[in-house]
Amino acid sequence: MTLLIAFTLFTLAVFLGLELISKVPATLHTPLMSGSNAISGITLIGALVSAGADHSTLTTVLGFFAVVLATINVVGGFVVTNRMLSMFTKRKKRES
Amino acid sequence: MSRANVIDLGYLVAAVLFIVGLKGLGRPRTAPRGNLMGATGMLIAVLVTLVDQSILSYQFLAIGLAIGIAIGALLALRVQMTSMPELVALFNGFGGGASVLVAASSFIEINELGNSTGQIAVAAAVTSLVGAMTLSGSMIAFGKLQGRLTWNGFRGLPIVRILVALISLAFAVQIGGFQPEGQLSLWLLIAGGFLLGILCAVPIGGADMPVVIALLNALSGVAASTTGFVLDNSLLIIAGSLVGASGLVLTQIMCKAMNRSLLDVLFGAAPSAVDSGDDIYGDQVTSTSAEEIAMLLEIAERVVIVPGYGMAVAQAQHAVRELMQTLQASDVEVSFGIHPVAGRMPGHMNVLLAEAEIDYEHLLDMDQVNPTFKRADVTIVIGANDVVNPAARNDPDSPIAGMPILDVDDSRTVVVVKRSLSPGFAGIANPLFIADNTLLYFSDAREGILEVTKALTES
Repeated sequence: MTLLIAFTLFTLAVFLGLELISKVPATLHTPLMSGSNAISGITLIGALVSAGADHSTLTTVLGFFAVVLATINVVGGFVVTNRMLSMFTKRKKRES
Repeated sequence: MSRANVIDLGYLVAAVLFIVGLKGLGRPRTAPRGNLMGATGMLIAVLVTLVDQSILSYQFLAIGLAIGIAIGALLALRVQMTSMPELVALFNGFGGGASVLVAASSFIEINELGNSTGQIAVAAAVTSLVGAMTLSGSMIAFGKLQGRLTWNGFRGLPIVRILVALISLAFAVQIGGFQPEGQLSLWLLIAGGFLLGILCAVPIGGADMPVVIALLNALSGVAASTTGFVLDNSLLIIAGSLVGASGLVLTQIMCKAMNRSLLDVLFGAAPSAVDSGDDIYGDQVTSTSAEEIAMLLEIAERVVIVPGYGMAVAQAQHAVRELMQTLQASDVEVSFGIHPVAGRMPGHMNVLLAEAEIDYEHLLDMDQVNPTFKRADVTIVIGANDVVNPAARNDPDSPIAGMPILDVDDSRTVVVVKRSLSPGFAGIANPLFIADNTLLYFSDAREGILEVTKALTES
């Protein structure tokens, strides 16, 4: 991937992100934040390659801790978001 | 299909799921599905990465993943809703920290293989700086939200921060322009980012907290995105910048709700300190009791409840629900007025009230609730201060002048539940407390509301 293509992706994704989130009700501010935070744990896939590449002890150790941190971020983020959102839907079901 | 094709295709599917998932998270009805889509995208991304041929040994991966899943799930399932801001800050920090470690690890590997370029060096430099800043800033925010860290030093010392920023920039230039192989500068840069995060986060507290939490969220996305430039990985770039952009939107919403610029929040001077509350208000405050409030509520037709951080601290949300149900049982119309920066993170009050099973249709945001205060017989302010301070509207010299507030003083009677007269985080006197139609009820939010409900049911 050339630098220009990388920048193209970056720029388009930024604009897309701005468009997607422009009108979000306050009720969803926290779930949106923790959900998007979990997505930013995508750095996990880089961590997996770093930890598994067997290059040197240093890079493997760094990669290993990155895997741990990123996995906590990803799993914790999605689970807690789900927990929060289910508080909304549970009530809906009970009423109907 | 070759392995590389499988991976790229998997990444494309994951990117689409992230986009659709984020879109879903923006609407109440589609939000749970949106979150699930994001998680599915992540699972696909991880699975296709595992077939990557540069991964030679799997035992560390398995151990790392197992530890991460265990800790992450445990934290997410055990945490109380009142501790949600801390948890969000913690996860943010972990994300930023992971990005730094990945960038450092890959940068070292690429260097030792002799494949480094200016692009990779610059990307690694930016990731180190932003990621380390996210990590340390989040840890400071975590400490503050837990109440363990109360020190607000460095405020009003912009020189310190500008200096750190300059030093960091110098390192970045050094790595990028002159030394694509420099490992020492990478570590220095990580240290610089770490320091910068601390210096930026330590002075922040109170009503500024939601801005910082939202900003840290954005930064964790940026760090992931720049990691993608180091690894030449399109999915990291796309997902990271999506999160960065959405975090930025949220930060902007929070700043607008305070009528302050982001720079002012981060680098603004200290608000002038105010002495103890008793001196400002003297004996002009009218205090009240649970019984008196109950009597007011009995003849009320319309009640608005305005929650603030005090409700979160006292864990009063369930007591508030009981009060609401008691009032509704005698046909009183109850609604909640929620300021965008009430609490310590965006949407904090909404989460707490949802936990107490209060329907979000009763929760009105600032624009919806403000015109209704005129019709309210009683407005109960629970542990909120700056967001209901009329000085923001009336006093052009006030440090919070121009900040949009909830016009609770329009209602017939305002009851303020507060533990003491201590000024809010901003340290600004609140003329609401001495207004003619305001009654002060000195109590812990939870105890106080329980007392009022008791008085109501007994009468």
